[in-house]
Amino acid sequence: MVRIMFSAPMPARDLSIAIVDQNHIRASIIEEGLREAGHSRVVVISDMTAAARQISEVGPDVVVVDLENPNRDMLEHFFALSRALQKPIAMFVDQSGSDSVEAAVEAGVSAYIVDGLRKERVKPILDMAISRFNAFSKLSRELAEARSELEDRKIIEQAKGILMRQRGIDEAAAYKLLRSTAMQQNRKLAEVAQSLILAAGLLEG
Amino acid sequence: MADLRHSIRAGFLPLLDSTILVLAREMGFAADEGIDLQLVKETSWANIRDRLTVGHFDMAHMLAPMPIAANLGLNPISKPMIAPMALGLGGNAVTVSNSLFVAMTKQGFSGGVNATSAGQALARVVRATPSHRLKFGVVHPHSGHNYELRYWLAASGIAPDVDVEIVVVPPPLLPDALRAGAIDGFCVGEPWNSVAVEREAGRIVTVKAEIWKSSPEKVLGMTREWADANDEALSAMLRALHAAANWAGDTKNSARIADILSEPRYLGRPAALILRGLTGNLKLGPDRETQVPAFFVPHANAATFPWQSHALWYYSQMVRWGQVEKTAEHAKAASETYRPDIYRRVLAPLGAKVPGANSKIEGSLKSAAAVGASSSGLTLGPDGFFDGKIFDPDHVDDYILGQSRGNSPTK
Repeated sequence: MVRIMFSAPMPARDLSIAIVDQNHIRASIIEEGLREAGHSRVVVISDMTAAARQISEVGPDVVVVDLENPNRDMLEHFFALSRALQKPIAMFVDQSGSDSVEAAVEAGVSAYIVDGLRKERVKPILDMAISRFNAFSKLSRELAEARSELEDRKIIEQAKGILMRQRGIDEAAAYKLLRSTAMQQNRKLAEVAQSLILAAGLLEG
Repeated sequence: MADLRHSIRAGFLPLLDSTILVLAREMGFAADEGIDLQLVKETSWANIRDRLTVGHFDMAHMLAPMPIAANLGLNPISKPMIAPMALGLGGNAVTVSNSLFVAMTKQGFSGGVNATSAGQALARVVRATPSHRLKFGVVHPHSGHNYELRYWLAASGIAPDVDVEIVVVPPPLLPDALRAGAIDGFCVGEPWNSVAVEREAGRIVTVKAEIWKSSPEKVLGMTREWADANDEALSAMLRALHAAANWAGDTKNSARIADILSEPRYLGRPAALILRGLTGNLKLGPDRETQVPAFFVPHANAATFPWQSHALWYYSQMVRWGQVEKTAEHAKAASETYRPDIYRRVLAPLGAKVPGANSKIEGSLKSAAAVGASSSGLTLGPDGFFDGKIFDPDHVDDYILGQSRGNSPTK
């Protein structure tokens, strides 16, 4: 989402960027990316209670806000109010960049941009934010998958133990039994193991 | 299971008035119409707007003034929007902090939800302590909450932009903000008033249904582009939502509805708390309960009909508070955001009680009245404003000229 909001004339200096994100890890990933790209004036704002005050103090040219942030309505209202105070003005979409808008929403990021900034100056920043947001989502997904794989393995171990105890068979035989059941029922091994643990719990309980 | 010909993704915020959308999915009304309805819970109205605009959502639970604001160019991002259906009437309340409640009591307020007595007591508090500017929270600048709070304050002799300060705070954070003293009161939809009362963070002092009876709150919003390209899916969805509203309007189903809404993927709050707003049997504070007539109306009195007079009233308030200029084009754009023609075309053939007019004079019905409709038995109202004013959609400009920004008691 690309918006334009402030109308102050832009001196040709390094752009000041504020990242508003309650997720510290993601914020630092973006911050790092921007610094690597040569932006030195980057501020991370993660305390929402002070977000508006901090933004007015910094007076950034670009504000990056994550879409999960429940405070987006509050922040937009703050931007609109600041217009009333003769500081920043009109937020409107950079219609020429509708692809970036879609890519931004897709990635889960919104950006508010000072009016008068040339598109060439802003686009690399937005692209950086989008790619870092995407990278972060991929990382979180992989972490979640890794976590569930670990969980699966634990569940299967537990189910094997139950079978070994109940049927007096060895570990290899228990695993084989689980696997053949899963194949017969066309279910995931972990699912079969899970229901076996549940059933055992019910019977023993 | 019917053949699911349509796939619809709809965004919503966890609020009581998402009820009929949730029921359309959970009670199978959408599936009956061949719709695979996917509901996506969102965290901000800005997200709802953005995801509608880029096409992530086909339609959404929206604050009634939002699609109007989009068409008036007030949004940072803007595609033409339409509202072919309302999602019920009422459902909001005004809650104040315990200390403000005590101050209002000292100024003669005896509790309850009467908008006049609560407003007068609040005005006396404001006058008595001019150095302390009270702060009120609303959920969005283009919301029924913002306009009804301002209407109530101004009609009570409090200038909303001078005597008090109005800030935007997301609904789930309002009760904590009140408890922490960051704000002195707020106007929000249920269940958030009841959450604040339950946490003993504040007390309900008036309700939307007292400030303006039978008043509009949320709509089903979508881009005009999507509506034009998906007429069949839209018609099916309106039929499903109409059936859901009908079911929701039967008080026998209230307990079941509260159970469904209490699930984590919807409101994620205790069913008993949700039931208060659903039945209008509100707990105002630790020691007081009251039955508010027509607190939240999902179906009766043409509750889902998109009255263009509602859209025009919102426009009149946008002008009043300096959000938009008064022009004939703006009035037209606001009015045409609401699409009673689509509603009527789809639902009248089903024998639904559809009003024959697109607009009505707001505030003229002091009690419920039978009106002409495409099928007999439609009643409307009462629809009065608490200060007795009348809004005539044929004379919007006169209405706008006649309204002030509140007579400041301190200036």
